[in-house]
Amino acid sequence: MIDIALKLSLIILAIAMLGLVYRLVKGPTTPDRIVALDAMGVNLVSIAAVLSMILNTSNFLDIILLIAILAFIGTVAYAKFLEKGEVIEYDRNQ
Amino acid sequence: MKTNDVIFQTVAKVVFFMIIFFAVRIFFAGHYYPGGGFVGGLLTSGAIVLLLLAFDMKTVKKGLPIDFKCLIGLGLLFGAGTAAGSLLFNVPFFTHAYDYFQLPLFGKTSLHTAMLFDLGVYFVVIGVTMTIIQTIGESE
Repeated sequence: MIDIALKLSLIILAIAMLGLVYRLVKGPTTPDRIVALDAMGVNLVSIAAVLSMILNTSNFLDIILLIAILAFIGTVAYAKFLEKGEVIEYDRNQ
Repeated sequence: MKTNDVIFQTVAKVVFFMIIFFAVRIFFAGHYYPGGGFVGGLLTSGAIVLLLLAFDMKTVKKGLPIDFKCLIGLGLLFGAGTAAGSLLFNVPFFTHAYDYFQLPLFGKTSLHTAMLFDLGVYFVVIGVTMTIIQTIGESE
């Protein structure tokens, strides 16, 4: 029973991922694409969680936190690039 | 134009320590669980990159006065020293040793010299990543 539910949720997550890929390819502006990439990171986290339940292992739990951190840093870097034009500045007070 | 990103800077101050603690945990868990020096070093440099994004290079240099090029040398020294230290005990190059110790807070713990080698990998990964990012970021 739980096995069927897990596989069903994997399929639903994959469909959601397809929708995000559509937004990533089609998105008219760059912020659309960045939000789609961020949501894909969150989706990837849930896929890893469901997969670790299917494979009955707890070794993926570190990966989940890792993907979340990397998605956050990547989104922040993109947002700063869009806002200021440079990602890392030398002195922000001048 | 001067922008005011209070939310991002406050979040970065909190998340920095979460990432650092996660990196240390992944570094020390490397012997029995997935992880190790490489991922730990990458995560630590990720935390420093988050600080670089939230603040600027001058502030981070003031708060974290580490020459990352020296860190590469220190890491290589740790790796080579761990490998060469085995020669002192008349065993082949790169032979590791371990034993069980009764530590005051942790109880019975297995200490392994492979951890020192991993520490070298950790330092080299931090040094290389931060050197690359700082050199690219500094160029006008």
